[in-house]
Amino acid sequence: MARIEVPMPQMGESIAEGTVSKWLKQVGEAVDRDEPILEISTDKVDAEIPSPAAGTLVEITVQEGETVEVGTVVAFIDPEGGAPAASAPAGAAEAEEQPEPVEEAPEPEPAEHDDVPAPEPVPAAAAPRAVSQAAPPFVPPKAGSDASPATAGTAGTDSEDERLRQRSTPVVRKIAEEHGIDIGSVPGTGYAGRVTKQDILSFIEGGAPAPAAATTSPKPASPAPAPAARTSAATAAPDDLWATFYGEVRHPEYPVRAADRVEPMDKIRRLTAEHMVLAKRVAPHVHTMAEIDFSAIDRIRAASKPRWASQGARVSYTAFVAWAVSRVLREFPTVNAAVSGDNVIYRGNVNVGMAVDLDPGLIVPVIHDADHLGLVGIGNKMADLATRARNRKLVPSEVQGATFSITNPGVLGTLVGMPIIPKGTSAILLTGAIEKRVVVVTDPTTGTDSTAVRKRAYFCLGYDHRIVDGADAARFLASLKETLESFPEDA
Amino acid sequence: MDVRRLGLVPYAEALRLQEDLVGRKRAGEVPDTLILLRHPHVITLGSSSDPSHVLLGEQERSALGVELFEAGRGGDVTYHGPGQLVGYPIFDLKPDRKDLHAYLRDLEEVLIRVAADFRVRARRREGLTGVWTDRGKLAAIGVRVSSQWIASHGVALNVSADLGHFDAIVPCGLDGEAVTSLEGELGRPVDMEEVADALAVRFADVFDCEILVA
Repeated sequence: MARIEVPMPQMGESIAEGTVSKWLKQVGEAVDRDEPILEISTDKVDAEIPSPAAGTLVEITVQEGETVEVGTVVAFIDPEGGAPAASAPAGAAEAEEQPEPVEEAPEPEPAEHDDVPAPEPVPAAAAPRAVSQAAPPFVPPKAGSDASPATAGTAGTDSEDERLRQRSTPVVRKIAEEHGIDIGSVPGTGYAGRVTKQDILSFIEGGAPAPAAATTSPKPASPAPAPAARTSAATAAPDDLWATFYGEVRHPEYPVRAADRVEPMDKIRRLTAEHMVLAKRVAPHVHTMAEIDFSAIDRIRAASKPRWASQGARVSYTAFVAWAVSRVLREFPTVNAAVSGDNVIYRGNVNVGMAVDLDPGLIVPVIHDADHLGLVGIGNKMADLATRARNRKLVPSEVQGATFSITNPGVLGTLVGMPIIPKGTSAILLTGAIEKRVVVVTDPTTGTDSTAVRKRAYFCLGYDHRIVDGADAARFLASLKETLESFPEDA
Repeated sequence: MDVRRLGLVPYAEALRLQEDLVGRKRAGEVPDTLILLRHPHVITLGSSSDPSHVLLGEQERSALGVELFEAGRGGDVTYHGPGQLVGYPIFDLKPDRKDLHAYLRDLEEVLIRVAADFRVRARRREGLTGVWTDRGKLAAIGVRVSSQWIASHGVALNVSADLGHFDAIVPCGLDGEAVTSLEGELGRPVDMEEVADALAVRFADVFDCEILVA
């Protein structure tokens, strides 16, 4: 008799235990799948826990009032004792109902952007380009018993769906559902490319949903298969040389001398090497620099420190920079874009990648929709991502989808540098060390010059000169400088 | 997010309304909804309530016209009254808010921002749920999450609360803790409707949704 376990669910990342407050079903009672069978309480929250399967509640192992760790089995359901729905795979049901604890680190592919249709890196085992194109998108093999692999297989599309769903209001989602429309295929005119009610209504009036791939809509293409399709479309024409230029990375070989040591590159290093070579040779890099004064930010930091400390908030200088960047980016679409074949994809979201030094190695976790987060939100998110990056606890979606990157070698004392633009984006910002400098300041009322000591840093914007003109970059930096130097108190 | 402003609503009626909305939200029939209302004097018990925290005797209670309810939410004993603005977000926490601690912290963030809108500096307290000023507790939080991550119950912000009523309970189990209100902080009257406006706006802000205009 296969009994299905009902575990104490994980109701939040920092929630380690839960108290059974009430059994809504007793031993021997029949339950439907998703029917609430018990209530638990944690802190200030009561929660109903649904049954993972249809069947009979055959054993209660944790009594009312008892507190147990997350994952502890609190009851058993016997699916055979119940309704015909018994075949519902328990694993799948659990996966639906419970947030999966973040576990394995993804293969940290530095600044890999999966949703970028542009040149795909050829695996180091370098299959010829044509073959890799012909290969269908990776689909997890469906093993005999369908429960776990199927669940894993849908996880990716789910998160993409969720990402799109987040970008619309419930009303829009409902309308989309009623009309069987994929929100991803509706061009959004709302804030950050959101699909508004008006958008979807005029989309419906305009007739059948247009095929997403056929348009040059700047929105991210609809889920899974699209990138592959567009890649082949974009690179079908070029001749072999061009294909090689975009595709393969060949690192020349050199003779080894007696005292040398030879080690194969590990996977992260190999991917990084390939990415850097490709990124550098495909995009014509130009770099522009500016000096930023941190006086205003220092004042805000000093004034807010007690409040942040009491909130447990962690707001670094880089958080201020990320906040300002995410606001300024909205005004400079080409700086938040990607060249894709003969098209330019203007990103509808502002997802800021933040390079984290793993020493050795590097990973670029992404603050998705940073322009929707407040300063403290960005600070906390950055601290959380950096910590989990170092503990190898990021999930794949957290290192994908960056539309702009920030790298901060300033913490290591670097004054200024010229960063490589990650593939599939059009710009990157490098922030140098913030140090006290003697500068000339002019009194705004008297016009008198004097010297003063100010905290300042050099910023360097690296940009893809195919789509970002020098003047755009200059305006972007000027706007960023202005935002940082007159930083709003209520960010 | 749909915002419903309902004025003064008896507790039992609000419970029924929430239950109904939770069911309809689960069925996808309604958008995320924020109910804003006030309750007549009432004492409610959360799941972790210690009945000894209700200091008011049965007779005294009915003489004052204060009702007593088991609320089916998390938390301890709490008091609601007409001087308090209550916000019940009936939100679907799927797919991206399935973290109860994060949800509680977000609710606190809403309250801290509303207080800041009125130039009152409020903050969290380590290990506790709710929002405090230097003078005392400004707002309480108690939440229920129904099957499929539908949240109900929510926040109670003391606006012009006659704080004497809190003597009837030990607010949320913290013995001898002071209670405060926006008016108490500012020393001037505060318009309940203005607070309701701010609460709706700050909810939309923190939960990143648009307020739907009917």
